Amino acid sequence: MMVRERLRQNISAAFYRHGLLCASYPVPIILFTSASILTCCYPLLKLPLPGTGPVEFTTGVRDYSIPSHESPGDLSERPDWYQGPPVAYIQQVLVKAAVSPWDNSLVPVDVFRSPLGRVFSVLEEIRNHVYTDRSLEALCLQVTDLLPGLRRMQAVLPEHGCLLVSPGNYWQNRRDLFDADPDLLKTVHQHEPKGLHTSATLKDLLFGVPGKQTGVSLYNKKRVVTYTITIALSSYDARFVASLRARLKQLHPSANCTLREDHMVHVHFKEEIGIAELIPLVTTYIILFAYIYFSTRKIDMVKSKWGLALAAVVTVLSSLLMSVGLCTLFGLTPTLNGGEIFPYLVVVIGLENVLVLTKSVVSTPVDLEVKLRIAQGLSNESWSIMKNMATELCIILIGYFTFVPAIQEFCLFAVVGLVSDFFLQMFFFTTVLSIDIRRMELADLNRRLPAEAGMPPPKPGPLRPRETPPPPRPSPHTITLQAPAFRNLRLPKRLRVVYFLARTRLAQRIIMVGTVIWIGILVYTDPAGLRTLLAAQVSEQSPLGEAGLPPHLGVAPVFPGRDPTSTLSVLPAPEPTPLPENQSQGHRAARPEVVPVSSPQITWGPEDEELWRRLSFRHWPALFSYYNITLAKRYISILPVIPVTLHLSPQEAIDTRHPQDTHHAPPPSIKTSDLQADLTLYKVAALGLFAGVVLVLLLFCLYRVLCPRNYGQNGVPHGRRRRGDLPCDEYGYSPPISEISPLLLRGHSMDIECLASDGMLLASCCLARQIRVWDAQTGDCLTVIPNNGLRRSSSSGACEAESLLGADFREPGGGAVGRPDVDIFPIRRRTTPARPALFGDQPDLTPLIDTNFGSLPPSQTLSSSGFDFGGLVEKAYQEHETSPTLAFPPSPPPVLPPELPPQNNGDWDSSVWAMELRGNLIATGRSSGKLELWDAVEGSLRCSNEDGVSGITALAFLNNRIVAARLNGSLDFFTVEITKPLGLLQYRGPPGRGSLPPSPCYSSEDVISCQLTRSVQCAHQKQITVLKAAAGRVVTGSQDHTVRVYRLEDSCCLFTLQGHSGGITAIYIDQTMVLASGGQDGTICVWDVLTGSRVSHVYGHRGDVTSLVCTTSCIISSGLDDLICIWDRSTGIKLYSIQQEVGCGASLGVISESLLVTGGQGCVSFWDLNYGDLLQTVYLGQSSEGQSVRQLLVLDNAAIVCDFGNELSLVYVPSVLEKLD
Amino acid sequence: MPRLEEHCWSCSCSPSVKTQELSSASWIVCKTGEMMSIITSVLRHAYGSMHSLQSANLMRRGLVLFIVGVVLALVLNLLQIQRNVTLFPEEVLDTLFSSAWWIPLCCGTAAAVVGLLYPCLDHHLGEPHKFKREWASVMRCIAVFVGINHASAKLDFANNVQLSLTLAALSLGLWWTFDRSRSGFGLGLTTAFLATLIAQLLVYNGIYQYTSPDFLYVRSWLPCIFFSGGVTVGNIGRQLAMGSTEKPHND
Repeated sequence: MMVRERLRQNISAAFYRHGLLCASYPVPIILFTSASILTCCYPLLKLPLPGTGPVEFTTGVRDYSIPSHESPGDLSERPDWYQGPPVAYIQQVLVKAAVSPWDNSLVPVDVFRSPLGRVFSVLEEIRNHVYTDRSLEALCLQVTDLLPGLRRMQAVLPEHGCLLVSPGNYWQNRRDLFDADPDLLKTVHQHEPKGLHTSATLKDLLFGVPGKQTGVSLYNKKRVVTYTITIALSSYDARFVASLRARLKQLHPSANCTLREDHMVHVHFKEEIGIAELIPLVTTYIILFAYIYFSTRKIDMVKSKWGLALAAVVTVLSSLLMSVGLCTLFGLTPTLNGGEIFPYLVVVIGLENVLVLTKSVVSTPVDLEVKLRIAQGLSNESWSIMKNMATELCIILIGYFTFVPAIQEFCLFAVVGLVSDFFLQMFFFTTVLSIDIRRMELADLNRRLPAEAGMPPPKPGPLRPRETPPPPRPSPHTITLQAPAFRNLRLPKRLRVVYFLARTRLAQRIIMVGTVIWIGILVYTDPAGLRTLLAAQVSEQSPLGEAGLPPHLGVAPVFPGRDPTSTLSVLPAPEPTPLPENQSQGHRAARPEVVPVSSPQITWGPEDEELWRRLSFRHWPALFSYYNITLAKRYISILPVIPVTLHLSPQEAIDTRHPQDTHHAPPPSIKTSDLQADLTLYKVAALGLFAGVVLVLLLFCLYRVLCPRNYGQNGVPHGRRRRGDLPCDEYGYSPPISEISPLLLRGHSMDIECLASDGMLLASCCLARQIRVWDAQTGDCLTVIPNNGLRRSSSSGACEAESLLGADFREPGGGAVGRPDVDIFPIRRRTTPARPALFGDQPDLTPLIDTNFGSLPPSQTLSSSGFDFGGLVEKAYQEHETSPTLAFPPSPPPVLPPELPPQNNGDWDSSVWAMELRGNLIATGRSSGKLELWDAVEGSLRCSNEDGVSGITALAFLNNRIVAARLNGSLDFFTVEITKPLGLLQYRGPPGRGSLPPSPCYSSEDVISCQLTRSVQCAHQKQITVLKAAAGRVVTGSQDHTVRVYRLEDSCCLFTLQGHSGGITAIYIDQTMVLASGGQDGTICVWDVLTGSRVSHVYGHRGDVTSLVCTTSCIISSGLDDLICIWDRSTGIKLYSIQQEVGCGASLGVISESLLVTGGQGCVSFWDLNYGDLLQTVYLGQSSEGQSVRQLLVLDNAAIVCDFGNELSLVYVPSVLEKLD
Repeated sequence: MPRLEEHCWSCSCSPSVKTQELSSASWIVCKTGEMMSIITSVLRHAYGSMHSLQSANLMRRGLVLFIVGVVLALVLNLLQIQRNVTLFPEEVLDTLFSSAWWIPLCCGTAAAVVGLLYPCLDHHLGEPHKFKREWASVMRCIAVFVGINHASAKLDFANNVQLSLTLAALSLGLWWTFDRSRSGFGLGLTTAFLATLIAQLLVYNGIYQYTSPDFLYVRSWLPCIFFSGGVTVGNIGRQLAMGSTEKPHND
């Protein structure tokens, strides 16, 4: 254990120092890291690019022997695939034929008809060639049927015999068919694929040269036709091949042909990647990207989310590259398919460390210096990072001992990858993070400056850093609608996706990128076609034409354009069109091909040696695959080509003409055949575009289908988040909680019942009827009312019970003391955490309460009436004006306790049921119906009013008016009058959130009187449960299912709002006249206060709605079902919900637009309203298990106050929460 | 309900099944009928016992899981077929889609059932699964599962025992890395056992066969694949049940 601890300490210290280093010298470290990445990646340059391109190996022809399987010693230059016999030896006979001299009487068809016609005689020659009783039949590669899917090729490609292909195959190798063919070009083109085809076409296969070079076209300017006869030999007989070569050369001599004949090229083909292989690969990549997406999405609270995500991805990718590079450097050439194992490597290495680091660093206290923050964050996580790393290395080590080569190799890569990833995380990512955090602090600073310079904002800045100008504070009676621009709506995902698409023009970009990639693939896979196309176009456009070659025109002025290496085999006898005399030398130099244009010349150049190189590299695999012979992982040997030159006389050409040829005007459609490659390109582009559009549409449809719009009114529990499984405890990591430390305000002897605050002062009242006034900033206790033990005597022996019971309903008679059955209920309700048993699953409490009632002796109804506060009491508590209300059925009219003689010092024998604090006046409503006004600072009673006899259940204190709701359903309006003109001497600071304008401070000399201005006797049929006042309106909610809106000035009832099917349990109204109400039926209604109409109505909870808060964009409600739901205010759509622990309390508060605070069992939790993520949980005390926070008050100075047994907790929300965006 | 599950299991077939001969059409018809009846009974059960809202959610989850199962089955089947793949992708796709059309469906159904069972079991046992509940981890899990399949299909092992042992270790590692719950382990084992049993029965009846069976009629690594598949699908199911906002429909 000791060793472990010491190790841990050392690691932590080392990380701390490292963090300091990284944050201190960011630029040098980044440079160093980049340099090391590049160094490690350098060996990668030697690796062949990934792909399926063939590999070549050249040997000499002379001493060729079939390579043996067991590799001999000289492995120096021999590739490892060069073993065993090849699939086939390819012998090509390259025929170049021309009609010469060209005659003007000839038609364009003559260019290729007779040259093509000669293929049959050459073929005949080859077939019949015999060398010492060996014929071609014996040596050639015998093929059987074509694959069944290739019926259309059956007439063209050979079957059951030698694999010998030539242009003659178009006419079944029969001269008579050729002669009878009226349109050769049509025959050739009819086999061309109609659609997109990037690999070898039939024309390529049969002609053996790229389509452009065949010269079989009406616009062939060179008038030379080139084609090959391709023979596949199964075994190599050097003498036979040599004799064939000699024979052909003798028959058709190619003068001055210097093609080299001593090299044999072996071409090895890699495994072909077909669609079948691609699908799993693509799937793994999709999973990989989803993984990266979901990982990086969690990066939060930083300046640039995207930047960090990019850095994370770069870290992982470059660590992989580094590992491959290092492995190559040390001679471990990867045999695994890199693309295939890559996703798994990424997943093994993972992004977790990076995220944990980020989280840890951003949760360090902001007021520290950046380097210290980085260092501290790093050292916080050092142990877990090292542990994970060690575990992963262990697992990989185990994998290494499986002794399966592939797994061993994978493990080796993974180990190197992990180590380099660790290195990069520590150096690269940490540094990037430090830069990011520094940037953020700078931005914060800039942002805060103007706010501080201006007037003190109504809602003091620190908590709402990014908020655009705070909504103008209207005077109480004017209504300003929120401009939609101010809304920071949390839109439904669907809309956000659409907006995102629209904003970034993602679809267009994806389509563009897709097209580019498609074209890139095309270029890559079919280089021959495109390149020749481009070359042809260039040469056509170039004014120099073909004659970039001849620099020495002066030497051979008659035959310009002759290359010294490529000599004319046969000189076309005389110049048919001699050079005009008047042509200048310079002109000739500029357009040298003017002369040879009319006289086709056959030249042999080094480019003809390996003409097959210009074919698509799929050429050979395609040819063999037609016969179900795969070349994957095998090789073929290509023998040196046999050149054959054919010269035909014009007469011969004329003789072989088909009668139709002369009438055959060059059809305009031929033009298109020339442009075919162009068209293919366009087709490809169009297809790519189309595919992109279809893909996007498909995804969109899928999205719509699978994410139907089913949330909203009948909300499926949509985004449920359990408190237990929160983003913070993945990887067993939870942010340090030390930064928020609650300030405990001790002093009350019993549970706190009422809480009130105006921002500066905080008043609390406990069961012992003691009112304490605290300074909301410092937590000092300013006043205690009363400060003597006087009340103890009057409430006789009830003290014992009082501490346990809900003393707010305890009557002075002390009748409750001796009766155990009465004690039971309150105990269950108050002091045990057994609240869930009562309230968790039971939506309606009335039956329960009824039975309680029945069990009581009738004579006791009077005193026991106070015990029947059901869940409503709980609900009422979390509002900042406590309004204990009675939930008992209408049965017994609540008769109030005998009046006690009024005392000067206040009424100490009736409990405080409601309390309000405004300015320095505390208004208390007592169970005796008495309304008292206390001076908060001096603790003296300023005035009292005893007009009512029914207990005051709720109070609202607005300007100089006090509204009191009484137990009997009546509503009293009081006016506070000050004899000395009301001195607006000073403001006590900004007013309570969302409620009142600043109220004046009453000086102690003033005589304050409180007069009943109006009493509405039957405000509601049943008792009033909720009373709220704001914006000149008083809103009451009652058990009689209605909400009433009164005007404050004249106490006139404006509206009676009906819409709930249960008693009203929660009401929210604020300065902007947003009115929302929640009832026992679990519904939430939003009302328009101006017209009294219902704006929206949602079914929110199973069970009572216990509290309601609105922000500018959403409504937050909590219910007895322990669910906190967040609704979109404008649409009434449920955005998501948070599942709380059972019995977690229903207290809610909104600190800023995006910060929600909820009370729980001994803790308060902060939530990000935009995403529903738990930000932090603050535990209020050590021994806090049983206590739950019942009331929660948000003060203006970024503090929250909550009651907590007999203590108050003042929690300052630290500025780290500012970083919420 | 147990009987119902039994039926469902009987549909659950390996993603790695190679069909080489199709049985008579009547068998398929019978199988389809059975499947449909199961689906309808599941639906009825779902509708009958639960709140309508909940069942809509359940349906959605089930649908997503079904799609995931089908896609995984197709992809992994392709991986298995790939070893003796020809150069003609059309051919492969033909065999893939024609011969074993019911395999993806069965796998989808099985995935839906397992994926719904996991959270249900968690709920009943009262131990909610809290370990690494996030989509990134689920994606990692799926990737590892595909990797295990990849390994079983692609790697050359000295013998089958070694292959099976390696895969078993990998599967256990998967469970330990992503699940670590008793219920997950138990359900995974049950899945593996039942599915292997079904596969054995199917092969015994000649529905299809393996190229080189070494564990009675099937390959010995099959249970490992089933186990890790069960854990993976369970992971997805739990994540869905947690009701995170969306499911990426791309795997």
